[in-house]
Amino acid sequence: MLLQVKDLQKIYMTGENSVAALDGISLSIDEGEYVAIMGPSGSGKSTLMNMLGCLDRPTSGQYILSGEDVSQKSDDELAEIRNKYIGFIFQGFNLLPKLTALENVALPLVYRGVPAKQRLARAQEALQSVGLGNRMHHLPAELSGGQQQRAAIARVLASDPPLVLGDEPTGNLDSRSGSEVMDIFQKLNNEGITIILVTHDQQIASQTKRIIRFRDGMMQSDEKVVS
Amino acid sequence: MGFWEIFKMALAAMRGNKLRSLLTALGIIFGVGAVIAMISIGQGASKDVSDRISSMGSNMIIVSPMRGTRLTTEDVDTLLERVPSVTNGMPYVRFSVTSKWSNETYDTTVNGVNQDYTTIMSANIATGRLFTKEEVENRERVAVVGGTVVEELFNGKSPLGEKIMLKGQSFTVIGVLESKGSSMGNDSDDVILIPVSVAQRITGSTVVSSIYFKAAGADTAALAVAHITAILNQKFNNRENTFRVTSQDELLETISSTTKTFTIMLGAIAGISLVVGGIGIMNIMLVSVTERTREIGIRKSLGAKRKHIMWQFIIESIFLSVSGGLLGIAFGIGVSRAVTVLAGWATSISVGAIMLSFLFALAVGLFFGVYPAYKAANLDPIVALRHE
Repeated sequence: MLLQVKDLQKIYMTGENSVAALDGISLSIDEGEYVAIMGPSGSGKSTLMNMLGCLDRPTSGQYILSGEDVSQKSDDELAEIRNKYIGFIFQGFNLLPKLTALENVALPLVYRGVPAKQRLARAQEALQSVGLGNRMHHLPAELSGGQQQRAAIARVLASDPPLVLGDEPTGNLDSRSGSEVMDIFQKLNNEGITIILVTHDQQIASQTKRIIRFRDGMMQSDEKVVS
Repeated sequence: MGFWEIFKMALAAMRGNKLRSLLTALGIIFGVGAVIAMISIGQGASKDVSDRISSMGSNMIIVSPMRGTRLTTEDVDTLLERVPSVTNGMPYVRFSVTSKWSNETYDTTVNGVNQDYTTIMSANIATGRLFTKEEVENRERVAVVGGTVVEELFNGKSPLGEKIMLKGQSFTVIGVLESKGSSMGNDSDDVILIPVSVAQRITGSTVVSSIYFKAAGADTAALAVAHITAILNQKFNNRENTFRVTSQDELLETISSTTKTFTIMLGAIAGISLVVGGIGIMNIMLVSVTERTREIGIRKSLGAKRKHIMWQFIIESIFLSVSGGLLGIAFGIGVSRAVTVLAGWATSISVGAIMLSFLFALAVGLFFGVYPAYKAANLDPIVALRHE
């Protein structure tokens, strides 16, 4: 088992009222799974992503990642976990505009303390594997949306985490670039990497192996995709 | 992740915003430059003044009458007789004059002095000789001239043996003073020395402008001052503000404490501009943190810890202040050189002032960089990532 959440709650206080963005979620995901999390906005799926990505802490409940309870770790401990265990693919790509594709891809390894030479070699390899071998020294602004998202995927690949989280990864892409990105995810999953995607696109979700639906902070359904 | 990595990151951010970085550093450049220039001007003035006082002669004591009182040649003789710790004494009379030689005229100052002038004032005669005791007593009309007078009145020719006219009387030039140079607009070579007895005949009184004494040694100068004061107090029935006795040491001390205050004040005023420069850095760093909120969010999502973000911004701020400091040192040295060349003021660039202002700039960068960096490091990654 890669990760397990038990009775996870996230409650936001807005003045006098408290809103439960997550209301007692329990689920587990095994290594090598390919999961889509769906639900309307406000359903708690983004909040869950933040929890799973160790960007936020739950109000109560447990989150066990790779056999370790990470639900009440400090900010710096969470930073280290993100660096080693989690790769993010965002809707808006989130590349640093003033760094080249190569520098962007190598950035997580900078924080991991990997020596420069090794870092750049791994970044180059990752960029080549997503078909950007000839765009390594371009700035993000000089790349198309699809190329930027592939660079962001290369950034994940270079740091080689066991868990990849995608937040509407094709949301800003045209259908061709979107399907290129989905092809890469498929390939990564075939290689055994666990992928969790948040999406509201049924088309995208149907390409995964398991779909979890959310509504009002609670899990509505959890079913295997039959292909 | 090493310090070098963070340093390179900060450097890249600077490069990405060259104009802004330069403008921000400008505050520090001017601040450090001003501190160095001001202190060098202050110290230059201080050194200049104390050099001049030292060149006036060692163990010198000056007695000056104050408003309404008179000192005469007789007082000189009395004091010389009654104060054993002084070796030489000299009445001193001073007035302005238009000197004439051949068809030339030149406005200068006449000092009526005696045969002890060279001993008391630590002066030297370049060519010829000073007048003797007999010449002073016999009211001989002889003169010793300074270098500026040689240049202006005699057009650089040797004046020895020439006759000059002072206040309608003819004087024979018997010597030329060795140059002492000029400082702070005061030319000590622009002078004609004549026997004090003759000078008093011209002014028509035995009153002197002041009296100069030479003490036997540095340790007896204070004793001599006390002794002279006691005798003169007796003469003036202990009335206050009748005369002033100053030893050269006291003069040096007073002046050096004055110029020190002056230097500290100049440095402090310039230091304020350095602090203002630091506030400029903080301002820009805060703007930069806000602008780069999303970047901070991305870095955090990729695993940057608080210390990574913190150091990135602190190093940026220190880099701004240190590069500004280095340029400011060059600027300050340039300004003080320019002041020396253009205004003719003595300046003295001290390593201490350079070190001090540089370290101050560094401290300013650190101090004003910490708060923006702290703000950046404490951003919530989720909020930062959502920031547009």
